[in-house]
Amino acid sequence: MASVDELQKKIKELEAKLAAVEAKGGPMRQKIEVMSSEVVDSNPYSRLMALKRMGIVNNYEQIREKTVAVVGVGGVGSVTAEMLTRCGIGKLILFDYDKVELANMNRLFFQPHQAGLSKVDAAAATLQNINPDVTIDAYNYNITTVDNFQKFCDTISKGSLTGGPIDLVLSCVDNFEARMAINTACNELDQKWFESGVSENAVSGHIQFISPGESACFACAPPLVVATKVDERTLKREGVCAASLPTTMGIVAGFLVQNTLKYLLEFGNVTHYLGYSALTDFFPTMSLKPNPTCDDASCRARQEQRRLQPRVELAAEVTEDCGPVHQDNDWGISVLEENSPADEDCPGLKLVDGVQVAYSIPVDSSTPESSTGGAVAASELSLEDLMQQMKTM
Amino acid sequence: MVDEGTKRTLSSIPLLQTKAGPRDKELWVNRLKEEYQALIKYVQNNKSADNDWFRLESDKTGTRWFGKCWFVHNLLKYEFDLEFDIPITYPKTAPEIALPGLDGKTAKMYRGGKICLTDHFKPLWARNVPRFGIAHAMALGLGPWLAVEIPEMIEKGVVTYKEKTEEAK
Repeated sequence: MASVDELQKKIKELEAKLAAVEAKGGPMRQKIEVMSSEVVDSNPYSRLMALKRMGIVNNYEQIREKTVAVVGVGGVGSVTAEMLTRCGIGKLILFDYDKVELANMNRLFFQPHQAGLSKVDAAAATLQNINPDVTIDAYNYNITTVDNFQKFCDTISKGSLTGGPIDLVLSCVDNFEARMAINTACNELDQKWFESGVSENAVSGHIQFISPGESACFACAPPLVVATKVDERTLKREGVCAASLPTTMGIVAGFLVQNTLKYLLEFGNVTHYLGYSALTDFFPTMSLKPNPTCDDASCRARQEQRRLQPRVELAAEVTEDCGPVHQDNDWGISVLEENSPADEDCPGLKLVDGVQVAYSIPVDSSTPESSTGGAVAASELSLEDLMQQMKTM
Repeated sequence: MVDEGTKRTLSSIPLLQTKAGPRDKELWVNRLKEEYQALIKYVQNNKSADNDWFRLESDKTGTRWFGKCWFVHNLLKYEFDLEFDIPITYPKTAPEIALPGLDGKTAKMYRGGKICLTDHFKPLWARNVPRFGIAHAMALGLGPWLAVEIPEMIEKGVVTYKEKTEEAK
């Protein structure tokens, strides 16, 4: 005969199993037509709509008209998508081509029973369950290949709830190639986007707002890295590619969505670059001007386009008189600039302390895209001949 | 960093000139011709140095590449399938060479068997856009990776010699 304790333990186990089953296919809440600010236990939006009553956001319910794409549904992207879902975003478009693995379980969001599923499908199911009001589209492909890139561009330019361009692209990818692909697409489509990232040693991260032609694009400079106070030479890379922490990723996702909300609902200031150094709890911020000699032709075209547009004066921003209050300075007191703002007349990159470029690139004398033809030697050979020659080697 | 031997190998691979990616139509054909010429030269060099270690070919569009590479360890020749797609950002970004057969066998890989390269490779590539091509990625990326990772995987027993003549030990 089993003891009462044993039976109670068994009941607990079965309850946990039942809860897991219910989470997969259990009852969902009904869709809600209009966001209500009524403070009742049954209203999932009451605390968000309270932001209006408190005067933080004037137009919270407009979030239901917004469409955001999350590219990369990993440690940062999945949390980003969950936050936006819980905030009641109108439409979420997810891109990834990876599968959930048990090795992902040190991060948030995904659960062991989802191992083997595609990240976008697993995420879409969970998110839809959390908030059925959100329209969720999931695309399981690699955006950097020729065919998929076109589909990706089409989705960005026609994917909103009204069939127009979406409101924002959030890059939550983990590699340079995909970031450059998003950069290329957004420069061509004149699409505003946020870049985000966590370093491979897991102790630094960043977000960057990119408005084509207005702020530095991802190709304007070599990748930026936040100084972590870890000597690169002592960093051991034996047998590993990348480390990751749920903390750093969650923090970066939080920064990303916070600024996304500020951008979408027009409250507060949208940060152009925000870095995070985990070992020192250091958060450098700065603005970055685009590089007039950027390698990306579309970036240069957008810069030209912005130059021709009349400057939009920001209302409500009252600039104080910059002149000195006291002309004399008997004590020789001076203020050291903490953040050197991007210089007006300097095309060079002005980085805030604690942020540096990952590597330097020599200034190429040949103008971009002009170096054509020539080939290594004889281009009289046809491509087919060359392919054949290689094949028969 | 890059050792003397690699430097010598590199200097004998022709540099490329056309800065064009797979979306650039005719210019991409020029680039592809250069890629093939550089690869052919590199394989010829390898053959004459008795160090023939890979074969590559592409589909008609030149965006999908596949082939084989070999690695000799303790007089045994190990062979691996290799593949990669040319991303739309090429040649600004290097090709991501993958050995799908080794996926999951080493931590020095990303999903799908993409090899994880050293910190030096990408800066070196970025500094040499558009002059570096696939041949350079093989010489600087895959070559050194195989040299470090394959012996280790053989030692761990996750890679074993496949042939009827099992003369090891």
